[in-house]
Amino acid sequence: MLLLLDIISGILLVTGVFFGLSGAVGVFKLPNFFTRVHAASVTDSIAVILIVSGLVLQTPLGINIAKLLFILVFLLITSPTASHALAKSARHGGLLTMSELEKGDQEEKAPK
Amino acid sequence: MTALYAVVCIAILLVMAIALARAFYAPTVYDRILGVNMFGTKTVLFIAVVGYLMGRPDFLDIAIVYALINFIGMVAVLRFFEYTAPVD
Amino acid sequence: MSDFIDLVLLAMLALTGLRIIFLKDLFAVVMLFGIYSFLTALIFINLDAVDVAFTEAAVGAGISSVLMLGTLALTGREEKESSHSSILPLIVVFITGAALIYGTLDMEPFGNPDNPIHKHVAPRYIEDSPKEIGLPNMVTSVLASYRGFDTLGEVVVVFAALIAVLSLLGVPKEGQEKAPASGLKSHQVLRVVAKLIISPIILFALYVQFHGDFGPGGGFQAGVIAAAALILYALVFGLPNAVAVIGPRFLKFMAAAGVLLYASVGFFSMYKGGNFLDYNKLAADPVAGQHYGILIIELGVGITVFAVMLNIYYAFGNQVERSNIQ
Repeated sequence: MLLLLDIISGILLVTGVFFGLSGAVGVFKLPNFFTRVHAASVTDSIAVILIVSGLVLQTPLGINIAKLLFILVFLLITSPTASHALAKSARHGGLLTMSELEKGDQEEKAPK
Repeated sequence: MTALYAVVCIAILLVMAIALARAFYAPTVYDRILGVNMFGTKTVLFIAVVGYLMGRPDFLDIAIVYALINFIGMVAVLRFFEYTAPVD
Repeated sequence: MSDFIDLVLLAMLALTGLRIIFLKDLFAVVMLFGIYSFLTALIFINLDAVDVAFTEAAVGAGISSVLMLGTLALTGREEKESSHSSILPLIVVFITGAALIYGTLDMEPFGNPDNPIHKHVAPRYIEDSPKEIGLPNMVTSVLASYRGFDTLGEVVVVFAALIAVLSLLGVPKEGQEKAPASGLKSHQVLRVVAKLIISPIILFALYVQFHGDFGPGGGFQAGVIAAAALILYALVFGLPNAVAVIGPRFLKFMAAAGVLLYASVGFFSMYKGGNFLDYNKLAADPVAGQHYGILIIELGVGITVFAVMLNIYYAFGNQVERSNIQ
């Protein structure tokens, strides 16, 4: 039973780390700000879920489980909110999405 | 389990380093904020895992503080960003 | 493993410091300073200095970043070109740095039990504080009881900082004019989420306040976290709304009341026939007296720190909003 718990939480931790790393790669490799926000925000959420639940399985019942769940819920609420607010600010500040940039190119080409 | 925690720690440190690099060299100011925010959330996870690695689960209190402060800092950056004219 | 983590964190810290030097955009500098504080706190955690890490994360990365951003909103975000040559300061810094590194060569090896620092008061605290004070968190015993007088001094310094800031920036006036709508009006999601999480933050602050005897935390950290919750409210819903919840005038009374509460514990123990801040006299049983004393002075510290931090933020935010209207 304990071995099974170890294996499950090991899998959760490793997949969580995998998503974290892929998000980090995405933040550097993707071409446009909004795609980068998307990479960071989505992988952040899934990494938090996986890693924290991996740790929960290793914790004896008690206040530490409550703290871990508090961290989980808090990050699940605030992290996408922060990304959303940031993307909204960027939009407000005049950054364009990729499709708009392409359309802009075509419009520039069209009058020729 | 300890070896696994150690591996997870190192991997999260790597993610933190990449987020830090994004915050150092950002094409737009929003990318910089993104890097800082990502660094913060990964730090929360890092503290939690380090607590388990060292057998000190009371580190979780500090992880909670990090999560709070990270969000408040983010809101403050967005708020005061309205007042200052963008440079780039 | 611990050494490896230390090395990585120190490398990140050094790189952050270097990057800050070469950045001209002060807005980015403030954000990187936040990361700098986070990294410092991580190093403290790795050294097992949990209470210090707590304070560094809450004060260094949280409140001071917010205050520096407020300052930037007042002054502008471009660094001015320096007109001086930087050669002479560079030489001075190099010589000082070399002297400091030379000084570390004489230091005892890190963590050695025979070091002088482990010979004098530390063994006394470690051996006797469980009997004398009976708190699981020895840091709180030292901070609040053995070094209670020093902590009183720190609280007075925090109080003095409030007086200094208010005398420089002016006291925000309450309900004088109908302030224009401010806050992050267009961020609907942020407003809903902020409403949702402010009360858990205050609850967590209370937990930190009263759990400080058993784990990391205490009055300083709790005061800062509670202030951060109201600062979040002010950021999202605008300063006038936050001032309507707790006004600056009331906060001034609170700041003074915390210091008074702390000092009055000292005078009460004198009245009971002990020395200043001698908690043993507060109850019939000395250990119970220590418990009461530490609980009350931590409460005084928490009240003062909360009031001072929030009032300083009000002073800054008021300036920002006023300059923004004009």
